Amino acid sequence: MSEVNSTFTAQENTKAGGRVSRPSAVLRARQDRAAQRIFFAITILPILLILLVTIALFARALPILEAHSLSSLLLGEVWKPNNGQFGFLPFIMGTVWVTIVGVLLSVPACLLASVYLAEYAHNRVRAVTKPILDVLAAIPPVVYGVWGLLAIVPFVDEVLAPFFDRWLGSIPLFAVTQPTGFGILSGGIVLAVMVAPLIISVTFEVFATVPNDLRHASLAVGATQWQTIRNIVLPQVTPGIIAAVVLAASRAFGETIAVLMVVGNVPNIPTSIFDSAYPLPALIANNYGEMMSIPLYDAALLGAALVLLVVILIFNILSTLVLQRFLRRKWA
Amino acid sequence: MGIKKLQKKQFERRHLMEAFMKTIMRLALLIVAGALGLILWTIIARGLPSLTWDMVSQVPKGGYYMGKEGGILNAIIGSIYLATGGTLLAMLLSLPIALYLKAYLGDSKWGEYVRLSLDVLWGIPSIVYGAFGFALMLMLGMRASLLAGIIVLALVELPIMTRAMDEVIRRMPADLEHAALALGSTKFEVALHVVTRQMLPGITTAILLAFGRGIGDAASVLFTAGYTDRITTSLMRPTASLPLAVFFQLGSPYPQVRERGYAAALILTIIVLLVSFGSRWLSARLARYTIK
Repeated sequence: MSEVNSTFTAQENTKAGGRVSRPSAVLRARQDRAAQRIFFAITILPILLILLVTIALFARALPILEAHSLSSLLLGEVWKPNNGQFGFLPFIMGTVWVTIVGVLLSVPACLLASVYLAEYAHNRVRAVTKPILDVLAAIPPVVYGVWGLLAIVPFVDEVLAPFFDRWLGSIPLFAVTQPTGFGILSGGIVLAVMVAPLIISVTFEVFATVPNDLRHASLAVGATQWQTIRNIVLPQVTPGIIAAVVLAASRAFGETIAVLMVVGNVPNIPTSIFDSAYPLPALIANNYGEMMSIPLYDAALLGAALVLLVVILIFNILSTLVLQRFLRRKWA
Repeated sequence: MGIKKLQKKQFERRHLMEAFMKTIMRLALLIVAGALGLILWTIIARGLPSLTWDMVSQVPKGGYYMGKEGGILNAIIGSIYLATGGTLLAMLLSLPIALYLKAYLGDSKWGEYVRLSLDVLWGIPSIVYGAFGFALMLMLGMRASLLAGIIVLALVELPIMTRAMDEVIRRMPADLEHAALALGSTKFEVALHVVTRQMLPGITTAILLAFGRGIGDAASVLFTAGYTDRITTSLMRPTASLPLAVFFQLGSPYPQVRERGYAAALILTIIVLLVSFGSRWLSARLARYTIK
C-alpha cells in the first residue's frame, strides 16, 4: 500500500515541478474544462468531415456541371471524354445492376443464417460463427477480387452460363450475351459474400431487440418455434431488416476493387445478368492516371465520385436513422 | 372426430415446416461459412506455389514485371508504413471522440448525432475518400506521397475505430465511473485514468480492427500514395502498397507475374488474419488487468 502511495507522490512530484503537492482543485477543474473543449472540438470533426468531403468533391466537379446540364450528365449514354461527351448513365446502371444482383443473392441466405443464429443456435454454434464472420469482414477487397477472378469467373463461365443458356436462355434477363465469365453475375456473387457479414451481424442485433417474453408467450400457447418467428418476431423487426438491407446495398454500391476485377468493365447499359458492366467506382479507379490530360476529365471523374457519395449518403442516413431508433427502442 | 383430424393435419404440417425451415437455415449458415473456406482455399492453393522467400525479402529488380527476379518487399514495407501511420493518426482523433461520447454525451441527442455521423462516414466507400484526397491534393498542389496516403487512410479508419471503441466503452459498468467520481475525480480524470485502463482490451481490438482494414484498403491509396519500386524513405515520396501490388500484378499479360500476384494476395491475407487473431489474443491477455 505504501509502495503505491510513493509512486503516486513521485508522479505528482514531476508534474508539479518539484513541489510535493497534488494539483489544486481549481487547477483540476480548469484542466477538466480545457479537456472538455478540446474533446468537443475533435468530436464535431466527423460531422464537419462529411460536409468537407461533399464540398470538396462538389467544388472540383463544378466545371463539368457548368459545361453540361445535370440531366445530360446523369442520363447521357455516351462516354467519350475526348469528344467532351460525359454520359454517366451506363456507369450508374452498371452500379445499380451489380448492387441489386449482389444484394438479392445475399439477403435470403444471410437472413436465414441470421435467424438461425439469433433464434435457434446453441451458444457453441454462435461462438464458432463469430470468428468466421469476423474473418469474412476482415478479408481485404482485393483478395475478394482475386478469389472472384480465380473461382467465380470460371464458375460463371463454365457452369452457370451453359446452364442458364440451356434452360432459361429465352428470358432476356438471363440471356448469355458474351463468352467470358466477366460480368454482372460474377460481380454480384463476389459482392454477395462481401456484404454477408454486415447483413448477418446487423440483423442479428435487430432480432436481439425483441424481448423473450413475446417468444415465450407464443411458445406457451403451443406455437412451434418457426411459427413464433414468422408471426411474432419477424413482424416486430421488419423495418430493422429493411434498414440492414439498405445499408448493405449502399456498401455494395461503393465497392470498388473487388467488383472492378470481375465485372468486365464495358460501358454498356446492361440488359442481362451475364452482361459486362462498368460500375462508377471502377470508372474512377481505372482512369485516374489519364484524367489530367483531357479537359474536364478530372471534373467528370470527381463528379462521378460525387454522384456515388450523394446516393450513398442518402441510403446510409436513412438506414442508420431507422437502425438507431430501432436498437435503442425501449420495450415496456 | 372431424376437428381432431383437422388438428392432426395442421399439427403435422407446422412441424414439417419447422423441420424444413431449420434445415434450410442450417444450410444457409453452412453456405456462408463455406464461402470463407472456399476463399481461403482458393487463395492458398493458387498463392502458395509461387510464394518464395525472394517475394518477401527483395524489392522488384529490373524486369520483375516481365517475370524476372525480385520481390514485393517495397509493397509490404509500404503497406506497413501506410497502415501504421494511418492508424496512429486515426487513434489521435478517435480516442478523444470515444471518451467524449462516454464522459459527456452518453446517450443524449448530441451523442446520437455524432454516432450517426460516424456511421455515415463508415459507409462512405474508400474510393470516395481517395477521390476526396485527390481533390485536396489538386487544390494544395501536392503529389502522391506516403503522407497523403496516411492521411486518407486515417479518414477511412477513423469511423471504424471510433465506433468500435464507442461500442465497448459505452458498455462499461457505471459503478466504476461512479466510484471514481465519488472520490472527487473530474470527468476528464475518470475518462483518462479509469475508462482507458478498464477498457484497454476493447480499445486494443478497435485499433487493430482499424489497422487490418487500413492495410487491406486499395481504393483509397490508389490516387494518394502512388506506387514505386523502391522502399520509401520519406513522407513526401510515393510508396508502394500490398493491395495495389496484387492489383497491378494481376493486370499483367505475363502469367508468371500474375502467379506472383496470387502469392501477394496470400501474403496480404496472412497479414490480415494475423492481425485479426492477434487482436483476439491480445485483448484476452489485457483483460487480465481489468477490474471484473
